[in-house]
Amino acid sequence: MITLIEKTIKLIIFVSTFCFLLSAFALAEPVSSSDLINNAKQYDGKEVIYSGEVIGDVMVRGKFAWINVNDTKNAIGIWLPQPLVKEISTTGHYKAKGDIVEVKGKFNRACIEHGGDLDIHASILQIIQKGENVDEVISPRKIKVAIAFLIICLTLTVIYFIRLGYGS
Amino acid sequence: MVLKPHLDDLKIIGYYLGKITIGIGLFMLIPIICALGFREVGPTFDFFIGIGVSFLLGFILTKICFTDKDLNWMQGMIVVSLSWLVATIIGAIPLHLSGHFKSYLDACFDAMSGFATTGLSLAQDLDHISYTHNLWRHLIMFIGGQGIVIVALSLFMKGLSGAFKMYVGEARDERVLPNVIHTSRFIWLVSIIFLVLGTLALGITGLLNGMKAHNAFFHGACIFMTAFDTGGFAPQSQSILYYHSMAIEVITIILMVLGAINFKLHYHLWTGNFKELFRNIEMRTFFVTVIIAFIIVAIGLDKIGIYQHALILFRKGFYQLISGHTGTGFQTVYAKQFINDWNQFSLTGVIFAMALGGAVCSTTGAIKMLRIGIIMKAVKEDIRRIMLPEKAIVVQRFHHIKNIFLEDKQVRAALLISLCYLILYAAGALIGMFFGYPFVNSLFESTSAAANVGLSCGITDTAMPALLKVTYIIQMWAGRLEFMSIFTLLGFLIAAIKGK
Repeated sequence: MITLIEKTIKLIIFVSTFCFLLSAFALAEPVSSSDLINNAKQYDGKEVIYSGEVIGDVMVRGKFAWINVNDTKNAIGIWLPQPLVKEISTTGHYKAKGDIVEVKGKFNRACIEHGGDLDIHASILQIIQKGENVDEVISPRKIKVAIAFLIICLTLTVIYFIRLGYGS
Repeated sequence: MVLKPHLDDLKIIGYYLGKITIGIGLFMLIPIICALGFREVGPTFDFFIGIGVSFLLGFILTKICFTDKDLNWMQGMIVVSLSWLVATIIGAIPLHLSGHFKSYLDACFDAMSGFATTGLSLAQDLDHISYTHNLWRHLIMFIGGQGIVIVALSLFMKGLSGAFKMYVGEARDERVLPNVIHTSRFIWLVSIIFLVLGTLALGITGLLNGMKAHNAFFHGACIFMTAFDTGGFAPQSQSILYYHSMAIEVITIILMVLGAINFKLHYHLWTGNFKELFRNIEMRTFFVTVIIAFIIVAIGLDKIGIYQHALILFRKGFYQLISGHTGTGFQTVYAKQFINDWNQFSLTGVIFAMALGGAVCSTTGAIKMLRIGIIMKAVKEDIRRIMLPEKAIVVQRFHHIKNIFLEDKQVRAALLISLCYLILYAAGALIGMFFGYPFVNSLFESTSAAANVGLSCGITDTAMPALLKVTYIIQMWAGRLEFMSIFTLLGFLIAAIKGK
């Protein structure tokens, strides 16, 4: 009888531990920007993990800084301590793919500190993948078409000015 | 009996259309200079192709349709309405070649949105677009705000008569100065001076906010062009939210309001006549409608309690409202937040503001303040007529640069255009609902497109049906030109088919 009770208790402890670890693992999954924007009320004030590419400028404001992180659907503003942004080496723009970062922090549907902006106040920033410069890829066909048009334009312009000269 | 258009009509229309097409091509030289500055090679080829197409088409049209005759009213109106379509198709070429649009229709959508100073966008991955293409997006708003035709023709036009007809065709029925070319130059002068001041103000603020110098001033120039011309495109996908800066919000509010003011009023302010600001019917109406619309928005937002502090409620509510009222379309909330976090009452306040617009002879769209003011004066006159004895003579006056007696023909014209706008808003909303979008969402987006605003509640997306994209393109076109030139084009087409 005692063995059965012991076994039951052990099973309950095992299942509880498994469920706890599973939920902890699930919480560690990053939330998408669409999910945050569409369900802002549910996430408001909660700790979230958000991941994406740092785009544009790193805007240092005193002891803190703003970065904008784009997860391909939307970009969300991240407010974080200034020392953390030192780890960011590349931000995304036309000629560069920015660092992919994962941030952990408090999500605000309408941040009181920042005029009602939807933002994340991050306490942890982790670089998942370093950014890199991107070379321009120009199709040879585009170059040929552009040069052909350029020649036509120049010819037409020359003809126009020659006629203008004769006209005057 | 409907008369079939003459071959001469087609030649004159074709000739001026050709000149405007070349003019649009010339404006593409500006992004090429930018491309050289930022060492962007790929975009340079995109713009060479754009220039090539416009020059080729322009030269063919001017050659085939060569004429030395001046435009009549009908031809002028048709040239204007067709020019905006041609500008859209040509302006979309470099946008489409950028690779940031899923289809040529999407690129045309953005081009029309730009030229019509709307601000709705279907661009993909905007945060990685080149400086060159980004400048073009903002430049087309600047050109469109001044009036594509008058801007393009100011490069070639000699006669004044034809220029005035096209000036009117572009929904500018007031001349600041007696001569339309001088008026056009004054508008350019004001715009260029504000461009320098606005770019400096926004650029320095950007620098102080931690942006890199070249980005701060590039963004400053772009944001200025779309704020003063009440366009609404922004260099980054988050619109004004990207900057996280109250100072940027304040500067853009000032620029948006300046853009929504009648250029005639600008002229009086420039000449030191500040009293006009307080006496003018448009400014008074604008003041009243902003207050009414803000009360509606504030009550709605307060009811749902999303913004817990009054100052935050004011900052968020007033910014979206003034952006909508001036027809700009800058946002400091995400499009989906309008639907998810704002209630229908507050959205109604924004729709109301968007539907009204700014001043006539400004860069805004929608019904406009002068017409609203005139209609209100007419209502007041009728109420007084009922209240006073039958023999009493009731006269109503209003002040718009000078004192004007209210006449029935002014009221009729104001009501007619207002009715056209209301039908346009409703038609777009109905088509939106046909595709399964809820009523308020459809009305919001339709009003935004037709009133050339650019605020979005999330319907405008590359995944939306092609027919809805075309609907919004037509709405932006009709709304910007205030119907008359489009009605003339339709009449011309009917005459070409049915005429004898």
